[in-house]
Amino acid sequence: MRPAVVMLLLAGLALAACQREERDTRPQSALGSGEQPTPVTTLEPGGQRPSPSDNKAASFEANAFHLSEGKRLFGWFNCSGCHANGGGGMGPALMDEKWIYGSSMESIHATIRDGRPNGMPSFRDMIPDDQIWELAAFVRSLSGNAPSAAAPSRDDDMMAHPSENRMPNAATLGKSP
Amino acid sequence: MLVCAPLMAAASEAPPAPAISPPAAAAPPDDGQWTMPAKNYASTRYSELAEINEGNVKNLQIAFTFSTGVNKGQEAAPLVVGSTMYIVTPFPNIVYALDLSKPGAPMKWKYEPNPEPAAQGVACCDVVTRGAAFADGRIFFNTLDGHTIALDANSGQPIWNAHIGNINIGETITMAPLVVKGKVLVGNSGGEMGVRGWVKALDAGDGHVVWTAYGTGPDKDVLIGPDFKPHYDVDKGKDLGVTTWPPEAWKTGGGNMWGWISYDPDLNLIYHGTGNPGPWNPDLRPGDNKWTSGIFARDPDTGAAKWFYQWSPHDLHDYDGINEQILLDMDWQGKQRKVLVRPERNGYLYVLDRTTGEVLSAKPFGPVNSSKGVDLKTGRLIENPDKQTGTGKVVRDICPTASGLKDWQPSAFSPKTGLLYIPHNNLCMDEEGVEVNYIAGTPYVGMNVRMIPGPGGNRGAFTAWDIAAEKPAWSLKENFPVWSGAVVTAGDVVFYGTMEGWFKAVSAKTGDLLWQFKTSSGIIGQPITYRGPDGHQYVAILSGVGGWAGAIVSGDLDPRDATAALGFVNAMKDLKNATTAGGTLYVFRLP
Repeated sequence: MRPAVVMLLLAGLALAACQREERDTRPQSALGSGEQPTPVTTLEPGGQRPSPSDNKAASFEANAFHLSEGKRLFGWFNCSGCHANGGGGMGPALMDEKWIYGSSMESIHATIRDGRPNGMPSFRDMIPDDQIWELAAFVRSLSGNAPSAAAPSRDDDMMAHPSENRMPNAATLGKSP
Repeated sequence: MLVCAPLMAAASEAPPAPAISPPAAAAPPDDGQWTMPAKNYASTRYSELAEINEGNVKNLQIAFTFSTGVNKGQEAAPLVVGSTMYIVTPFPNIVYALDLSKPGAPMKWKYEPNPEPAAQGVACCDVVTRGAAFADGRIFFNTLDGHTIALDANSGQPIWNAHIGNINIGETITMAPLVVKGKVLVGNSGGEMGVRGWVKALDAGDGHVVWTAYGTGPDKDVLIGPDFKPHYDVDKGKDLGVTTWPPEAWKTGGGNMWGWISYDPDLNLIYHGTGNPGPWNPDLRPGDNKWTSGIFARDPDTGAAKWFYQWSPHDLHDYDGINEQILLDMDWQGKQRKVLVRPERNGYLYVLDRTTGEVLSAKPFGPVNSSKGVDLKTGRLIENPDKQTGTGKVVRDICPTASGLKDWQPSAFSPKTGLLYIPHNNLCMDEEGVEVNYIAGTPYVGMNVRMIPGPGGNRGAFTAWDIAAEKPAWSLKENFPVWSGAVVTAGDVVFYGTMEGWFKAVSAKTGDLLWQFKTSSGIIGQPITYRGPDGHQYVAILSGVGGWAGAIVSGDLDPRDATAALGFVNAMKDLKNATTAGGTLYVFRLP
């Protein structure tokens, strides 16, 4: 009896180890909701109200597949042309702790989709909504805001900075605890 | 007549004309004003004023200062017309008129064109402007979002406003216009956005477009017709602006004109360069990519091209060809020639016959390994195959960088010394070509770049080049790239600025440092000198770091990314510790 129990336990362990993240390899091509869900400021007369969160945000931001897709699309849609590999250029740096229009997945998604008035173009109708979420997740990884187990761990191109899974969290970088 | 007689007698007793001098029609006697950024049509940036000289320049002191209110890169040259100074700021391109006849130079007027803020997102290398131009009682300037505007110089009231650039295809305007024969010459920026380059001539009276000459495409668009007689066979043929590209690639191929134009009234020719081909990754555009990274001579009345020469055929390294050209007449190997001198981005100091486009000389003025010289028979740049870039290939230690041995920062020429004073860079780079998609209004580069200091470790240099001897007379090392322009005077003093913020006066003969003043921010502007309403000589410079080299500060970029600002940040990691942003005009005079 005992060996059978051990076998059963081992089989259970093996099965549990096979639990992989879900990979939605056929993202919706349809556009998401058309409303601006996120305020771009924390100043709200009468006190801050909770911003609506999008359930896409949670499912995309810790997902290795979506993060790696975001990395690919970051080059593909010429994001890297302005923001380089996160250090910025024509556009602001994305790897530091400064967020002009908010650091949440929802804010970054809105920034890519709707644009911002000082030069960020609107990619509405150009990038499918799920791919915008993938980009938003990757953008957060540049400042160390993605789980290191999920963030991209290598770069096939010329070294610009350590890979995203080794990026320090910009909010605490260089500051004493 | 009674007044003229002694003047003429004095002139006849003057020393013989120097061996090298600008044509008189392009460089008239100095009236003490500064009406265009390059001083004159020959683009000498030489002032005949000599009150400030090698002996007394050490006494220079502040006359007045003025905050531009804009914390972006100040690349513009101030203008002085009569008793008024005009300055134009980077985006949002405010124009100020300052009254020099009153103490402290109070503001006479200001004009705010309110350009579209979105234009900032398609300006490749900070939101700069290189200045305005004055002619016939009007100030002409360009806005980042693609307008050319004429203002009444007395009142600041707009006279016309021509919308000639489209930010939604990535077009901006950063160059200073040049006014020639009642036409305002303007070119577009956008070589990093796949924008097709052009130069337009706008009627100075009402702003309508008289002609447009494109930098790529069929001959009729480039204004190549029966008058076009290039010196080299490789530039002869039909529609080379189409056939030297893969199909359709010329439509997104760059060749922008964001730099300097010179004008020879005797030959009735304007000279202007063309920018880099797009994208930077050369594998995506096999062919010579005409008419990018070259220079045109054109008839200013019609725009018709007279000749063309290509500095960097099938450019491999973003070697824009838009630097300044200084028009000079000189004895060249026993023969008097009308020449054009061009310190070029690819690292060579070219001397061209400006009547034909023939290359007389091309000598490197700093470290160059991306090419092995220029074949004077064919005129062709001899590329170094070891430094050839391409998709998926990392090529290291390419000198000079994409920003060139020298970028837009204009040099100055003194007929007294025969030397050209060149502010420039000393940088090398690693490059890797990558795939890139063309999306209108977004970058179209396809190259990962990271820059490093060049041989010796000094990232900048200020070199006095002996044009006749084809070698440097002296050269000064600077820690950061010398991204400011230069001006030289009859007092044998040369002025330039550094990115730490030092404004320097050095001896035109020896390069010895004679005076320096630390301004509030790094200097990337163009110094000028003028005679004030009180009859005394003044020197003016806009301080305010930025531009491509200073984008790390003006754009608050992150130095941990070696490829930030198209790779320039990697060579400028310490600039944030050396200076901060800010735009201030400084004007100096003797006590």
